[in-house]
Amino acid sequence: MAGVRGQGHGLRVYAVLYLVFLYAPIVLLPIFAFNDSTIIAFPLSGFTTQWFVELADVPALHSAVLTSLKIAVITALISTLLGICAARAATRYRFPAKAGIMGVIMVPLVLPEIIVAVSLLVVFLQIGLELSSLTVILGHVLICTPFCIAILNGSFQSLDVSLEEAAVDLGESGWGAFRLVILPLVMPGIVASLLIAFTISMDEFIIAFFLSGSDPTLPVYLWGQLRFPQRLPVVMALGTILVVASILIIILAEWFRRRGVAKRGGSDSGGFL
Amino acid sequence: MKDSARGLALVSPTALYALAMLVAPMAAIVLFSFWTQDYLTLDTTLTFDNYREAVTDPIYGQLMVRSLYISGIVTAVTVVLAFPIAYYISFHVAPERKALWIFLVTIPFWTSYLIRVFLWKVILGFNGVLNTSLLGLGIIDAPLTFILYNLNAVVITLAHAFAPFAILPIFVVLERIDRSLLEAAQDLGETALTTFWRVTLPLAMPGVIAAVLIVFIPTVGDYITPRLVGGPGGLMIANMIQTQFLRLNNAPMGATLAVLAMVCVTVIALVFLWLNRRFLRGRN
Amino acid sequence: MSALIALSGAQKYFGAYHALRDIDLEIGEGEFFSLLGPSGCGKTTLLRAIAGFEALDGGSVHIDGHDMAGVPANRRPTNMVFQSYAIFPHLSVAENVAFGLRKRGLDAKTQAEKVGGALEMVGLGGYGARAAHALSGGQRQRVALARALVLEPKVLLLDEPLSALDRKMREQMQGELRRLQRHVGITFILVTHDQEEALIMSDRIAVMFDGGITQIDSPEGLYRRPASREVGAFIGQMNFLSGQVRSGSEGFVAQIHGLGHAPLAADQSAEPLVAGQATFGMRPESLSLVFDGQARAASEAAGRVADRAYYGDMTYYEVALDGVAEPVTLSMKNMVGQPVLSVGDAARVAWDPRALIVFSGAGDA
Repeated sequence: MAGVRGQGHGLRVYAVLYLVFLYAPIVLLPIFAFNDSTIIAFPLSGFTTQWFVELADVPALHSAVLTSLKIAVITALISTLLGICAARAATRYRFPAKAGIMGVIMVPLVLPEIIVAVSLLVVFLQIGLELSSLTVILGHVLICTPFCIAILNGSFQSLDVSLEEAAVDLGESGWGAFRLVILPLVMPGIVASLLIAFTISMDEFIIAFFLSGSDPTLPVYLWGQLRFPQRLPVVMALGTILVVASILIIILAEWFRRRGVAKRGGSDSGGFL
Repeated sequence: MKDSARGLALVSPTALYALAMLVAPMAAIVLFSFWTQDYLTLDTTLTFDNYREAVTDPIYGQLMVRSLYISGIVTAVTVVLAFPIAYYISFHVAPERKALWIFLVTIPFWTSYLIRVFLWKVILGFNGVLNTSLLGLGIIDAPLTFILYNLNAVVITLAHAFAPFAILPIFVVLERIDRSLLEAAQDLGETALTTFWRVTLPLAMPGVIAAVLIVFIPTVGDYITPRLVGGPGGLMIANMIQTQFLRLNNAPMGATLAVLAMVCVTVIALVFLWLNRRFLRGRN
Repeated sequence: MSALIALSGAQKYFGAYHALRDIDLEIGEGEFFSLLGPSGCGKTTLLRAIAGFEALDGGSVHIDGHDMAGVPANRRPTNMVFQSYAIFPHLSVAENVAFGLRKRGLDAKTQAEKVGGALEMVGLGGYGARAAHALSGGQRQRVALARALVLEPKVLLLDEPLSALDRKMREQMQGELRRLQRHVGITFILVTHDQEEALIMSDRIAVMFDGGITQIDSPEGLYRRPASREVGAFIGQMNFLSGQVRSGSEGFVAQIHGLGHAPLAADQSAEPLVAGQATFGMRPESLSLVFDGQARAASEAAGRVADRAYYGDMTYYEVALDGVAEPVTLSMKNMVGQPVLSVGDAARVAWDPRALIVFSGAGDA
């Protein structure tokens, strides 16, 4: 036993160091966002909120934020809807070429985004679809849907088929069974899926970079700002807000997911994906 | 067979979307790669010219080899660093705290990739956080220069970005290992170390293989990291694809490079799976 | 007895797999009827066809005189207790029981009374507000029963309802289910693979193998007069002995290797008796040991104890009869003052010729 505990101790130290490595960048972010210097380096020179204040009077930034919000909300809705269809079909039914169809749908999970971006760009330009928020949404839905399916699969999979049959046996129609039994049980998964898709879309850069045309999203705007050293503290401030927002949304999504697990009386053993 | 019709009907919106937005554009890219760009007009006669150029011009080959090389190193580093974490969470964390650990590991992944990469540039730079701190502490006399605008920086940054992709599949497989198998191995005379080597690791291999593919495939096509922290020596194929499309206005050449990148990745992935078929046999 | 449920020529295929083979079955009102068979024999498919979850590929199901073809599960006068119980985890116990009452248009007070009554009936009075996912296995099952019975169905279908419970709970629920059925007086159809459970609870049992019904009879009829070797071996224990049926001047006579001969009555075979090679079935309790000092039995054979299993109240012996390779199993009550024989001891075995069952064909026993 001593050996195992000793091994566990060494691993624990490693695990903590690994977490430091994982969190180092996002911990530094707010430090420099509140640092009273245009140079991003130690030692720190003092506390200021001026970089956040400056964010308030950049109209281009505001329109980028609005564009991103609009894209993220629509993307979240559409990809969650598509995710529900696919996850429900995959967990409940057998159909021909199921593995192949689901495989194709899930491919964007591992496909380099640049490939998705340039292939969509080629098609959109060929069919004469003008680059805009719409084209970004089309791309974002494609890459968000597999994440939604991964989350929703978990929700649908843990549903016992006989729950639905029991509802029908007790007199409900197929739709009644879905509305009264399935939907309440997968609702937390749906909310988690919406939040995750929203976050991915909000942060996504490459596809937006290729497909946003003259309507830059927030990450595309940010990319442009990186070229100007004097703008960096403002970028840090903006990044801080973005990262904090992402983390809050993710915590919310995780909370919903766990609530769903608890609701079904299951035990929890993991996170997303 | 009513059931299968229902399943197909239900999956069809998603499948059709993937068909229209993924399969068709992929086909278009392949078609495009056989066309040529003549200044402002597209020449739609089918030709192997782009492929000939991609193979003969050393710049493309060099970028492709470098991309695969960097991805290979990133994959190895990421998976090797991730395995002990997955192992720790699965074997040494109390069951009720596992979800929290997994959540902690995945949080950074959900924050803006662009900002995270940029922060590595801030950390690793000549006047960056690492150098100024080390100088301030008197550990080094001159700023370290081997950590930014080169391959090392790309590896560090990508290993950071893809950590959860490597940890999660390994963790999932480790969780499924029946703990009594390990006790059985020890009962049969293995030590803790040989048990790990002869039982745990072989059983964890499907997860490791999944992790390798999940990290390797997307990193080959990464654009932001090489662009921000790679310097001239750290650029990868995605940067060239972007240049062809948006700067040189040579979409067919960009398409050709994209197709070649996909083919290379697919071939390597298949060879890798073939080499590891022993570990995948008997599963699914 | 008019049939409440009548199946005729029911067929079901899953792809190439023939799940139900030409099932004819009539079940009466107020009957406790069991479908018994090994896993994969089609008993659950048959139950689900009655419930409306499987459409037949041939034949018909009539309930209460109405053809059920095209009638979906939610409009059949049947309710089901699922193997997993299918308790809705997001609803309370009372909400689960009230689930099917939603469309009955009852006022809140009547509904609450019905729900309370149903819970009372299954011994869960006062549990209504509990969260469903916090219940034990036995409690879940009671909720499932209350949820189905509150709708007052003509037939209650139970799909292996006791298989998820531990032994003690299972035995308790067997008695309770039987009492409950007598109390509500409706037809129960139980699917089970546990022959003991079927014997204890049922009025009649249909034994199924490989998609078809082999025998329908009362528990005693099945045990005493199995229609085939398969049924005899599946229900309880049975020795299979080889020998011949001979026809003599006074009727048919059994000649059994190792045991001797005895006259046969017509009801000792499911088919008309004919002379020739035959397999004879005999239950362990129809053979017994004759101890030293006891009078010689009318039918007696000699052998040696090959193995022994002591159960406390009973001892099961494997006795190798002289001249027969395969030992027979016999059971003895352990009476005070009677010895328990050891392996290797010589044994005198008495047997009851009236308990013989003749199966046609030599078989390989």
